[in-house]
Amino acid sequence: MNVTVIDYGSGNLYSVQKALEFVIREWGLSCTLRVSNDPREIVHADRIVLPGVGSFRGCMRGLQGISGMVEALICRVRRESCPFLGICVGMQLMASHGLEHGFETGLGWIDGHVALMTPPLCGGERVKIPHMGWNQLTAVRAHDVLSAISSEKEGAHAYFIHSYAFVPLSGAEHVVACTMHGRPVTAMIARDNLVGVQFHPEKSGRFGLSLLADFLTWKP
Amino acid sequence: MAVWNFLRLLNFSGVCVLKKRLIPCLDVKEGRVVKGLNFVALRDAGDPVEAAIAYNRAGADEICFLDIMASYEKRPLMLDILERTAENCFIPLSAGGGIRCLDAIRALLLSGADKVSLGTIAVEEPHFVQRAAEKFGSQCITVSIDAKQVSGPNFPPRWEVFTQGGRWATGLCAINFARKIVTYGAGEILLTSIDRDGSGEGFDVPLTRAITDAVGVSVIASGGAGTLDHFVDVFQKGGADAALAASVFHFGTFTIPQAKAYMRKADIPVREDDCSWP
Repeated sequence: MNVTVIDYGSGNLYSVQKALEFVIREWGLSCTLRVSNDPREIVHADRIVLPGVGSFRGCMRGLQGISGMVEALICRVRRESCPFLGICVGMQLMASHGLEHGFETGLGWIDGHVALMTPPLCGGERVKIPHMGWNQLTAVRAHDVLSAISSEKEGAHAYFIHSYAFVPLSGAEHVVACTMHGRPVTAMIARDNLVGVQFHPEKSGRFGLSLLADFLTWKP
Repeated sequence: MAVWNFLRLLNFSGVCVLKKRLIPCLDVKEGRVVKGLNFVALRDAGDPVEAAIAYNRAGADEICFLDIMASYEKRPLMLDILERTAENCFIPLSAGGGIRCLDAIRALLLSGADKVSLGTIAVEEPHFVQRAAEKFGSQCITVSIDAKQVSGPNFPPRWEVFTQGGRWATGLCAINFARKIVTYGAGEILLTSIDRDGSGEGFDVPLTRAITDAVGVSVIASGGAGTLDHFVDVFQKGGADAALAASVFHFGTFTIPQAKAYMRKADIPVREDDCSWP
């Protein structure tokens, strides 16, 4: 199985790559991991991971900056249903549009927009932005890629670091998990063969690794 | 915003809250931990990677590497430490010490650091923080502020920013500097009390409170940890988001799980997941 991490010049791929390598080794999966910026490789991928660090606009432009990349993604992911995982800004790009540094159109795979978090005061204390640190997940529906917490009452902790968050625009049927930061925050979205996580599974210890393993073995 | 009401539809009754973080700090000199760890049997107590792995398994929320003699020639050693740590520890890693150019930040981030801390350069050239935040995002730019109380006993407290490991007084008010550097794009403040550092007498709670009240980003308190109550105080009274310590953890005064259990009893939200693997 070919696992491809898309390298489009957005920040640190090293941790994502090392975490996936670790999972492939520890779970004994027969996967080949590639980090690539070549749309031709995307077409042969069996699993696609889109990381992302920085701003919505910066990442979207980075993706568009590689000739044929967006088209290859749409073809492989949307038409041929290749399982796809978006991480952090990579997840946000799945939305219809983002509002960071102005309006920017996203991939539009899940109806929603990405807006600045505006938490109210909580017990008189200011709720800080960026939302940085370990927060607990609550699964709002069951999902194969979230098997690690679906069964537990107390959700696992995941590592978040972001100031903008996904907000569904028409119904919340694609929201799988939330966390709380003054207000509820979308932590995971999913639809068909797509999943996206706002947190960093590659930085979320044991839970994050098992989520990556769930993704690699997922049969949507 | 009404859009957030969507979660009502889901019967969402989460009470999750951001956890207070405990961060062991590894002081590294020429690729070695300055004071070896003796709370756990390690093959090599001076190897920062082994130390980081041990702390990861003990449930540390983040690991901080501080290059205390950072020089351009020695930087590859730090990059190697980060790379080897990131292959084994899947938690946030931060690195600091002597960073003076964007290329150094890029190299650290590419080697597995999630955040870098900027010290002297942030004081000397605040616009550098702005450039770094624009280039890499505020989320990975921590500004480290070393502060010392300069007001007399009967005066309202005033803290000044020091650089060069506490030798150089800058004349800057720590509170104003913190406010300013956040507007330049710092995503987090690492606040060290020079008065308390290494003393074991407790964190400087009034200083921490003054800074957490002044800025809207997360504040890591550092310097002075000696007992478990010191941690409780800096979180409850100081409003810190994280506490950083070295000796109490390195010498095994208490372990991270002990500290977290103590904090939980004091109603401080902590992460107590099973971290024994990987």
